[in-house]
Amino acid sequence: MSVTLNLDAAFAALADPTRRGILARLAKGEATVMELAKPFEMTQPAISQHLKLLEEAGLVARRVDGTKRPRRLAKVGIEAMDQWLAMLRKALENNYDRLDEILAGMEQPEIKRRR
Amino acid sequence: MSKLTLKTEGDTHVVVTRRFAAPPEAVYRAHTDPKLIQKWLLGPEGWTMPVCINDARPGGKIRYEWTNGKGRGFHLTGEYIELEPYSRIVHVERMHLPDATPDNRVETRFDAEGTGTLMTMRMTLPDTETRAAMLATGMERGMEASYVRLEGMM
Repeated sequence: MSVTLNLDAAFAALADPTRRGILARLAKGEATVMELAKPFEMTQPAISQHLKLLEEAGLVARRVDGTKRPRRLAKVGIEAMDQWLAMLRKALENNYDRLDEILAGMEQPEIKRRR
Repeated sequence: MSKLTLKTEGDTHVVVTRRFAAPPEAVYRAHTDPKLIQKWLLGPEGWTMPVCINDARPGGKIRYEWTNGKGRGFHLTGEYIELEPYSRIVHVERMHLPDATPDNRVETRFDAEGTGTLMTMRMTLPDTETRAAMLATGMERGMEASYVRLEGMM
């Protein structure tokens, strides 16, 4: 099964605590809608709606097992998201690394007095 | 080891922390002096900030314009709300891409820690959707970017 990641949808999907909880549960192994509904005290249709958003975002995949449709984490989607975040994090780090250099070159009268 | 932490908090916040070797006064100055800001608040390699207006007083205007020197650019505008030298700054800002993004309220604290500074930047977005959009688009300058702790969750 191929999974395409939709970043907008992925971040929107993660903004909801129930959906983060579903991902955390699926990180431990695949689960059916019924199994997922239990700990959240939600109806199966409500959980299905959350799963639909997670699937559209490319973060969750399903397989067919008789009449069951167990869900699991879509590794490709999760990894692509991690890479994206790592890139953003790098840009932020670049700024602060530059700031470190500027701070090192600034006059520090207070410290000089102490010396 | 990375000195930066980035995480979401509640439904509408993003919190960034970073430690610096310099005292709070110096870090505060680097965040409010236009000549210093222009040297570091740049994002990816190759980007510069030709316009940097930063009127660091309550109600004072902020305007940063970035360019990659190849015809791409964007800008940010904002206003200062509170300033407590050299420990705390509160301001609002929005990106223009070119449409203005919803206001981001940013509280930046500079706490002395040994001979250095712990900076804590707490962003408050109007709603969860805006925060999600901010995370997804990221913004070239990286400052707007944040980090959902996937590792911690899994």
